[in-house]
Amino acid sequence: MPDLLELTASQASKALEAKEFSADEYLDAWQEAASKDDLNAYLWRDDTRNGERGTGNGSPNGHLGVPIAIKDLFCTEGTPTTAGSRILEGYRPPYTATAVRKLIEAGTPVLGKTNMDEFAMGSSNENSAFGPVLNPWDRERVPGGSSGGSAAAVAGGLAPWAIGTDTGGSIRQPASLCGIVGMKPTYGAVSRYGMVAFASSLDQCGPLTRDVSDAALLLATLQGRDPCDSTSVGIDGGIKPPDREDLKGLRFAVPSGLAMDGVEAGVKSTFAATLKTIEELGGEVGEAALPHADHGISAYYVIAPAEASANLARYDGVRYGLRVPADELLGMYEGTRAAGFGAEVKRRIMLGTYALSSGYYEAYYGQALKVRTKIAEDFAKAFAEFDFVVTPTSPSVAFKLGEKTDDPLAMYLNDYFTVPMPLAGIPAISIPAGLAEPDGGGPQLPVGFQIAGPAFSENAILDAAFALERAIGFDARPPGVG
Amino acid sequence: MIDRDQVLHVARLARLALTEDEVETMARELSGILEHVDRISQLDLDQVEPTDHVVDLENVLRPDEPRPSWPREQILDPAPDPADGAFRVPSPQAEA
Amino acid sequence: MAEYEPVIGLEIHVHLQTRTKMFCGCELSFGDEPNVHTCPVCLAHPGVLPVTNERAIRYALMIAAALGCKVAPRSIFHRKNYFYPDNPKAYQISQYDIPLATGGRLGDVRIHRVHLEEDAAKMIHVGESGRIHGSGASLVDFNRAGTPLVEIVTEPDLRSACEVRAWAQLLQTTVRQLGVSDVQMEEGSLRVDGNVSLRPAGSEELGIKTELKNMNSFKFLERGIEAEIERQRGLLEASEAVIQETLHFDPGSGSLTPLRSKEYEHDYRYFPEPDLVPLAPTEEMLREATEALPELPAERDERYRKELDLSPEVATLLAAEPKSADLFEQVAAQVARRDIPAQVVANWVTGEVAAALRRRDDGSDASNVAPDLLAQLIGMVNSKQLSHTVAKGILPAIIFEGRDPEQLVEEQGLGQIGGGEELEGVVEAAIEAEPEAAEQVREGNQKAIGRIVGAVMKETKGRADGGEVQRLIHDKLGV
Ligand SMILES: [Mg+2]
Ligand SMILES: [Zn+2]
Repeated sequence: MPDLLELTASQASKALEAKEFSADEYLDAWQEAASKDDLNAYLWRDDTRNGERGTGNGSPNGHLGVPIAIKDLFCTEGTPTTAGSRILEGYRPPYTATAVRKLIEAGTPVLGKTNMDEFAMGSSNENSAFGPVLNPWDRERVPGGSSGGSAAAVAGGLAPWAIGTDTGGSIRQPASLCGIVGMKPTYGAVSRYGMVAFASSLDQCGPLTRDVSDAALLLATLQGRDPCDSTSVGIDGGIKPPDREDLKGLRFAVPSGLAMDGVEAGVKSTFAATLKTIEELGGEVGEAALPHADHGISAYYVIAPAEASANLARYDGVRYGLRVPADELLGMYEGTRAAGFGAEVKRRIMLGTYALSSGYYEAYYGQALKVRTKIAEDFAKAFAEFDFVVTPTSPSVAFKLGEKTDDPLAMYLNDYFTVPMPLAGIPAISIPAGLAEPDGGGPQLPVGFQIAGPAFSENAILDAAFALERAIGFDARPPGVG
Repeated sequence: MIDRDQVLHVARLARLALTEDEVETMARELSGILEHVDRISQLDLDQVEPTDHVVDLENVLRPDEPRPSWPREQILDPAPDPADGAFRVPSPQAEA
Repeated sequence: MAEYEPVIGLEIHVHLQTRTKMFCGCELSFGDEPNVHTCPVCLAHPGVLPVTNERAIRYALMIAAALGCKVAPRSIFHRKNYFYPDNPKAYQISQYDIPLATGGRLGDVRIHRVHLEEDAAKMIHVGESGRIHGSGASLVDFNRAGTPLVEIVTEPDLRSACEVRAWAQLLQTTVRQLGVSDVQMEEGSLRVDGNVSLRPAGSEELGIKTELKNMNSFKFLERGIEAEIERQRGLLEASEAVIQETLHFDPGSGSLTPLRSKEYEHDYRYFPEPDLVPLAPTEEMLREATEALPELPAERDERYRKELDLSPEVATLLAAEPKSADLFEQVAAQVARRDIPAQVVANWVTGEVAAALRRRDDGSDASNVAPDLLAQLIGMVNSKQLSHTVAKGILPAIIFEGRDPEQLVEEQGLGQIGGGEELEGVVEAAIEAEPEAAEQVREGNQKAIGRIVGAVMKETKGRADGGEVQRLIHDKLGV
């Protein structure tokens, strides 16, 4: 019998279908592994065997019995859902998110709920009310965020695969910093129903997996139109298993509009090497101007906080969650929200409230929506000439815990390469491209390579990523894992 | 760029009680962020249409068919201060 | 001292009578136990999303069509942000810079805009809270939260409290006839807020306005507006300033109290609702809405004046009362071939019939009246088989017992006495009985004839035709 924890999810699901081992054996192995969580990756774990096991009907390509780690941003009926916040401590939702329900119906047991930056606001997981997550590659470093728990769990051998959410890079950046695959689908590909809202016009659910095939297998089940989400459309024809071997005839654009200063040397060289690999596979590499992508951070840090300021207003101590009693309403509101939210969440609520307040709307929110239009136009122009736009996923490898916590702006700049895509609503994947030292020296750490394509080009992106993944042959694992 | 009074005004709008220190740091940090964000106000985008939705969908409607509501016990279970089948809150000053 | 002219605009909220709420599948209810019609969506649990009710859109389009508004080719929903326990998401999904429809008119009042939104929950103040002593508490009931609302905003075209009442009632009948709402002010399914300002008569610009809320019946609406007009006139005449504020009408005392600004001054921070996609009514949706419209009071009024030449007063009276109007049209149709003018029928319906129904006051209305019997009765009066007085007398038996007029007249021998010996005899007798009246008539005092006519009617129990009697008296007296 193979080492169950070494199998990818796709391999395991085939083996399970072939009855090489039982779903219970497999689940036990992973529950055992998850129980050894020393990264603070999980906020809650299901160690019973009676966790719902669907029949696998409802699944387009059944991965019956392969358990999954769920970012604690997804509502799961009857089990804790905190969004990494004190204000929801002890809250048990009365319903289950569509994405999770589809997984359960596909026969995927839930291993547990993973740690995250509070309300998905952060790039280091240091904004969790329940403590930071450690990067399995170096426990003094961050796993990235906001889906840091999901990324660390998969990289650290605590889960075969996981789902997270990406608003400005929250799947791709932690995947990059943890040396795994992470994909943000096209806006509307996966239902947002039951996903605790951060920035509704940007949020998307997506896979964090060991390899590209697993990402495809998971996305195949997640995607689809949901009558409970007016903005969901699904992916026409669904997701096929990627099988491409070369990149012949495909054109990859490096954006000329994006500043490469502030990008670590190791990241730059790995990126350059990956471009070479693309050419060796028969792909063409050129340059495309994305003049407005450089303003992505500015637009993003107006739009996301503005939407968040409204989305988080419902946490008011009236119907559920934390309440700090007071003898009049205003005091109850202000006390509850002051006690329930962490510093970063307060900062963004303030920022968003300010940007929407009378006299500032046009200068900030109105202008940001126009920048959004320009960024989308830039991508459209690029995709008229090229199949994909490629960038490093993150300007740096995993940084030290506490390194950026007292400089919010520096923290925000981590999202430089990942925010333009959600602003344009287009899909992008991050795959491990190699290992590199941080500037100023340190351990060898994973570097991610990002591939973005036009809306609903997921199959093309997965195919290209699959070919590239094989050529790169990244097989490093964190110390002590595997 | 954003001063103490603005911070207090916005905090009131957002129903956030801030400590003295928080008011100070908030003013400093928000100013820093807004300074960066302000670069977009230099762009001339008068002729550009704002993007309020990224998916081009229209008229997504639901048939007017009832679904069973939730049992009252269940929806009152997480309530911080349930009373007489309802959610109790301290009265607003205007009525107190 | 300058004369002041009130300038009044209205903001109307109409509950749509759909089966489910605006954005979730919970059933609408009135007067049920608290919080039995709620779900994670209308309680704003984390992660829920709104999905728009198709029937609510259809109903709103019907209202827009009925008010002759122009429907926007593409309108979007906005979030209106404010904290209050009756507002579960802390934002209300409403429409802002691009409403569903604009322009239009009803009667003499121009419509500014019509938009869709959701209603808030109910809050009941309960005084002492269990937990924190010495302070009040409120209970929140979310059954109403998310009820579909159409908000109608008029231009400031009204000039008096009674105009406001009359127009609001016209709006009520109009919307009720669409069958999209039960528009009950008492139950809150019709809410009318007023924006009132005064300006020197003849002046064009508007004065400072106040907003009036909580006038939950037509009577209170009229009173509230009246009170506010008087209050403002008082201030202006004492050359004090009117301050822009929201006033709460107290039905008990009839007084207006300002809502404390601290809780009510808002910066709503509107922005496009990202969870909903734009609304772009298709040709088909618009056609369905217009085709579903019944004939509305305003059109009826028009038609009655133009095609049936009814007097304006009676036309308006009928048009505002669909049931009376239907009765009128059926009867008028039946008697038309005996060429009895529609006006005569209209007078009966709005006059004697309405009066009889009012007197009876048992909830029965014009729809309980059998058109053919009423037509018969009117026909008999017209052909002088029956005097108006007698007809009026037997009307209740016809309306409430469905008796056949012919029979009644038979049984009780109420047939009208035409000309001929019988009546002449009675007239002669009456003249002899009233010598000095007769004398005065001869001397040209026409009023005096009344006494003689009276005597004749008394003798004939009203069965004589007044005109005929006068004619006989005149030639008997040779005048
Ligand atoms: Mg309104
Ligand atoms: Zn509901």
